[in-house]
Amino acid sequence: MKRFARLFAELDATTSTNAKVEALQRYFEQAPARDAAWAVYFLSGGKPRQVVSMSTLAMLACEVAAIQPWLFDECYQAVGDLAETIAHILPLDGEPSDIGLAQWVEERLLPLRGLPEQEIAARVKSYWRELDAQERFLLTKLVGGGFRVGVSKLLVQRALAVHSGVDAKRVAQRMMGYTDGKVLPSLERFEALVAKHDDNAPSPQDEGQPYPFFLAHQLDAPPEVFASKLGPVSDWQVEWKYDGIRGQIVKRAGKVWVWSRGEELVTERFPEIEALARTLPDGTVLDGEIMVWLDEPVDTPGALIGRPAPFSLLQQRIGRKTLSKKVLAQAPVTFMAYDLLEQDGRDIRSLPQGERRARLEQLLAGTSFKVSPIESHSTWLAFAAQREKSRERGVEGFMLKHLASAYGTGREKRGQSPNSPASTLGSDPIFLWWKWKIEPMTIDCVLVYAQAGHGRRASVYTDYTFAVWNRPPRDKHEADAVVDAIEKREPPRPDELQLVAFAKAYSGLTDEEFRQVDGIIRKTTIEKFGPVRSVRPSLVFELGFEGINRSSRHKSGIAVRFPRMLRIRFDKPLHEANTLQDLEALLKL
Amino acid sequence: MADLVVQRPEGLYCPPGDFYIDPWRPVARAVITHAHSDHARFGHGHYLAAQQAEGVLRTRLGDIDLQTLAYGERIVHNGVDVSLHPAGHVLGSAQVRLEHAGAVWVASGDYKVAPDKTCTAFEPVKCDVFITESTFGLPIYRWCPDDEIFADINGWWGRNVVAGRASVLTCYSFGKAQRVLSGVDPSIGPIIVHGAVEPLNRAYRAAGVELPPTQMVVDVKDKADLKRALVICPPSAAASPWMRRFGADAQTAFASGWMQLRGARRRGGYDRGFVLSDHADWPGLLGAIGATGAQRIIVTHGSVPVMVRYLTEQGLQAEGFDTEYGGDVVEADVQAPDAA
Repeated sequence: MKRFARLFAELDATTSTNAKVEALQRYFEQAPARDAAWAVYFLSGGKPRQVVSMSTLAMLACEVAAIQPWLFDECYQAVGDLAETIAHILPLDGEPSDIGLAQWVEERLLPLRGLPEQEIAARVKSYWRELDAQERFLLTKLVGGGFRVGVSKLLVQRALAVHSGVDAKRVAQRMMGYTDGKVLPSLERFEALVAKHDDNAPSPQDEGQPYPFFLAHQLDAPPEVFASKLGPVSDWQVEWKYDGIRGQIVKRAGKVWVWSRGEELVTERFPEIEALARTLPDGTVLDGEIMVWLDEPVDTPGALIGRPAPFSLLQQRIGRKTLSKKVLAQAPVTFMAYDLLEQDGRDIRSLPQGERRARLEQLLAGTSFKVSPIESHSTWLAFAAQREKSRERGVEGFMLKHLASAYGTGREKRGQSPNSPASTLGSDPIFLWWKWKIEPMTIDCVLVYAQAGHGRRASVYTDYTFAVWNRPPRDKHEADAVVDAIEKREPPRPDELQLVAFAKAYSGLTDEEFRQVDGIIRKTTIEKFGPVRSVRPSLVFELGFEGINRSSRHKSGIAVRFPRMLRIRFDKPLHEANTLQDLEALLKL
Repeated sequence: MADLVVQRPEGLYCPPGDFYIDPWRPVARAVITHAHSDHARFGHGHYLAAQQAEGVLRTRLGDIDLQTLAYGERIVHNGVDVSLHPAGHVLGSAQVRLEHAGAVWVASGDYKVAPDKTCTAFEPVKCDVFITESTFGLPIYRWCPDDEIFADINGWWGRNVVAGRASVLTCYSFGKAQRVLSGVDPSIGPIIVHGAVEPLNRAYRAAGVELPPTQMVVDVKDKADLKRALVICPPSAAASPWMRRFGADAQTAFASGWMQLRGARRRGGYDRGFVLSDHADWPGLLGAIGATGAQRIIVTHGSVPVMVRYLTEQGLQAEGFDTEYGGDVVEADVQAPDAA
């Protein structure tokens, strides 16, 4: 645990990518493989199910430290992290031990589950006594199931690649599913990650392993400059961007695996897709989108019949533990194929996009798979015009893929093209995948509640709740009267003008802007409810979001998707903020 | 019996004595607990402070009408018995003891109870009413012993020397800087201090506090020294062009009690945070309060509501005073004022 705690401290203390990779490499060189197996798991996002709830741990800590719950809450407000709060308040009078990470997890933490409460309490208390503040923090995070650290999976893979001499892409492929929790990390699994094989074929231990997803970058340029930035339209494959769950189908040795982008094996949740995939030849891997499809008669000629259902329908289905006939009928899923990554057992990711596409079409011709249709227009401006129809088609914009590009790994910075000689422009951002999304929907709304953030935002008010007017205010005076009533804590009158909360957001501002808003929140606080403050409404924000739906769970009757702050509208008076009717109008889009 | 210290818009006021303690607006007579700029302000008619504070006070405030007392020395002013006692915060810091008509009040100013080579150790003073600071008044604040912190700082500096990178340690120019200097190992490399720090070093040395040799950056002859140096400067300098000479690979650290929290550490953007405070931690505050024997406690700047509630639960009579001292916000420490 000491070695892992030191690694955590090193990773936590720096923002430099190189320093992080170096620290990881040092760790992999020194740590026993059994411990490293768990370190890789935790560092790349693996989370064992919570063994003990954080509130139980907090209560235990209060008991050990002999402090009252209210004082613990005050501490938590200052720290912004429960595990760290616990680590800081526990007495420093233990007897230190140094037990390895794997032994900690396998012999001590995992067996806690299911024990009687009193036994768990006794054990956790004695574990705390063996550790210093930093180690306690980690232990508490691991037990409470909230471990996070500032390294990406890509960095862990890079460090493992340097450590082992195995190609980073291969490490990435072997790591798919490493953190899904179905098989525990072990010495063997770690060694399989870094084992050297000469040939490029998927080895038996890679059976069922998908490939790392190639993720798209945001394209933020006006279409007028596309021709000069991206070249002629004829170099590109342009598809609609669908809003489902990105997935991969692996068919090998008569078996089917369906993986989500979150590296979760989801085969059982989508029996329709599994059935579809059984028809594929062995040694096939498809990349595509899992989505609910509504078969409707088409009114425009095209390759596809019907349209994608709103994401919320798919979401309802993901939430189900058991799939009843009714659910399967209400929300039937389909697989929209994008790409072919493996054919006849051969990894063909380095073939040019155009070639892979041709093979994909050939392979799936005559099957029930949907193949993502290609849009063609003669100019980028024509594409721009077509993109305006995204919302009515239920898609998010376009995906742009260079016909010469290889299928890369993750959200890499430079794409590869097998066609160009390695000495020239073999790698170039142009060979990446680009998502050219439609502009978000926007609403000008009013900040009404604020809550302090966590982690590096602890003690800074960064999580905001926004409201719109229930009808347009007649004028500034009417709006001001509502604000005065709020400040006097008068309950809103149902038939009168009022502000209705409809969304929360905590991203989109710079640190400097957050500081500025934090200052205003502190000066305009009306009431504190635990960690939440109500403020005298004074700030208008432009809020952007990707989608909007009716929702019976929200007071406003509306739920927005991916809300974030686009800017602070200091120029906009309160009474000019948008209204519920404006949100209703967006619903109809 | 009337209170010996009350709140006024100008600051904490002693009615029978007709003087203020650390007032934030100009007054005729001020007792100053220590020379940090939020406690020792410009513009008062007459200043009373501890003898050892004279050098640092004059460095910061220039030519003022200053009367000093040795620790423990008593004077009587308007019938109020006044004496100053070591607070262990910085050089010359004092608690103010007031005695009048049989009642004893002590105002702590800022204090710490852990030992510090650069100032006289905190001394508990028996009293009826104790006015205490509460900057770190939460149980999450517990400091490690100094030798552990200095071993960390020396280790960090030593590793940076090996890697050929400057070690820039930011902290308050007055107090913290000298405490750091007194604790680091000068055999590791040269020590460079910012122009805001050196005048205070002179005042410390003049008061008999031993500090290792320091130089200003303009005095550095060999440029290679810049990469081996421990550089001590206020946080404002770390964000200024002054930093450029130490190279883009210079490692930055911040020494402050606030560095106890991961959030503050990460928000500050420093490579390292050393938890080194000149204020009492939670056990230190409770220990100091207990040692006074006071039954009534008045809490100022910091975690006022928390301490008041906690002390009340412990059976003491506790209340808060609103003051205008820094210390209750992280940023106050980060934006430490530059010395003139």
